[in-house]
Amino acid sequence: MTNSAKRKITVAVTGLNAVDSPGPGVAVIRGIRDCEDFDVRIIGLSYESLEPGIYMEGIADKVYQIPYPAAGTETLLSRIEYIHAIEKIDVIIPNFDAELHNFIKISPQLKEFGIATFLPTNEQFESRDKVNLFKFGEKHGFLIPKDKTIYDLSELPAVAKDFGYPLVVKGKYYEATVAYTLEQAQKAFHKLNAKWGLPIIVQEFISGTEVNIAALGDGEGNTISAVPMRKLFITDKGKAWAGITLEEQSLIDLAEKFISATKWRGGFEIEIMRTQDGKPYIMEVNPRFPAWIYLTVGAGQNQPASLVKLALGEKVVPYTSYEVGKLFIRYAWDLITDVSEFQKISAFGEL
Amino acid sequence: MKIHSNLAVSDSGFIFNPSNGDSFSTNAVGADIIRLLKAGKSLADIKKEISVKYEVEPTVFEKDYEDFISQLQDHFLVSND
Repeated sequence: MTNSAKRKITVAVTGLNAVDSPGPGVAVIRGIRDCEDFDVRIIGLSYESLEPGIYMEGIADKVYQIPYPAAGTETLLSRIEYIHAIEKIDVIIPNFDAELHNFIKISPQLKEFGIATFLPTNEQFESRDKVNLFKFGEKHGFLIPKDKTIYDLSELPAVAKDFGYPLVVKGKYYEATVAYTLEQAQKAFHKLNAKWGLPIIVQEFISGTEVNIAALGDGEGNTISAVPMRKLFITDKGKAWAGITLEEQSLIDLAEKFISATKWRGGFEIEIMRTQDGKPYIMEVNPRFPAWIYLTVGAGQNQPASLVKLALGEKVVPYTSYEVGKLFIRYAWDLITDVSEFQKISAFGEL
Repeated sequence: MKIHSNLAVSDSGFIFNPSNGDSFSTNAVGADIIRLLKAGKSLADIKKEISVKYEVEPTVFEKDYEDFISQLQDHFLVSND
């Protein structure tokens, strides 16, 4: 295919915070840029002025700040309408859990603008929420650790007595702490409440090996791609700093079963704890690509580019193989830029 | 006892278990034993081959072999079926 034959598209991507607890945006952009079927212009959508992806060479062609999710859908829509008038966006890929609800809600209006998305439905989004996950597992036959959603600290001792120690205290959107005593659990409750608000989820502790699967569903129950990964190096925030692709059919089967049961539309990540006797407990289902999504590209399944094609209404043939034993190793890099760049994004919301 | 068939062993003795991502290092004798186990050789065949190649006394080999297999079991690289 010659360069001129490539389809020209403009894709807007959030999650440019390539920090120690990274958003997936930079990895998603790298995947899309690697796809030889597109001549792509990337619009970065940022929330804060120091998200590294704003300044990285070869990532976003232009960056706009967008309002925080708490500002509501009308403000978001208005901002995107402004950006779209300049950039003529074809596809938007939101990458944060906390912003997805708003993007799902405004997706019909975006469609009217001519902007495609490929997001789960609100029902799918809610079904895998931490608060509903146990019921979801019971309904579809998945192993999920017992959990209890609590809204008040006074509920904690009774739950702890029921589950025993250690137990896991989790924030509504992000972060989890393993607590070995009531005092530790109470401290985690306060910390997570202050950061993410209520409710707090208390979960049974499952011991085993953590394995994650990045997958893409076509919205009709078919799996376009599923790649399992084991974290080899984990930061103190529990994030993968290195990982390796695995060969394990039971994990692929689990992802396919999830997609078949939910008719999941879009990318997602399943976090699994595999016990010593091989039982796979689903710990969480993240309703968007993980930050390590570029490993799927390196292993031969370009999930971000496939999602773009699905959003554009193209038929995508499911992947059937990937390279086992492919590693990613994340690294820290000091990017040097000028204060004028920082000033542009800070003062004008554009760079 | 059966060694996992998808286990990857390099010439340098690097072992990779693609089912769970575990990796290990072994010496040349260990790598040879794993390769022979993967080829479906019996204990008698392995004993014969290793004893000749590395000039080791059969009694010493048996002791070390048991110890090595025990380590493989500890790391879930072999199963008992």
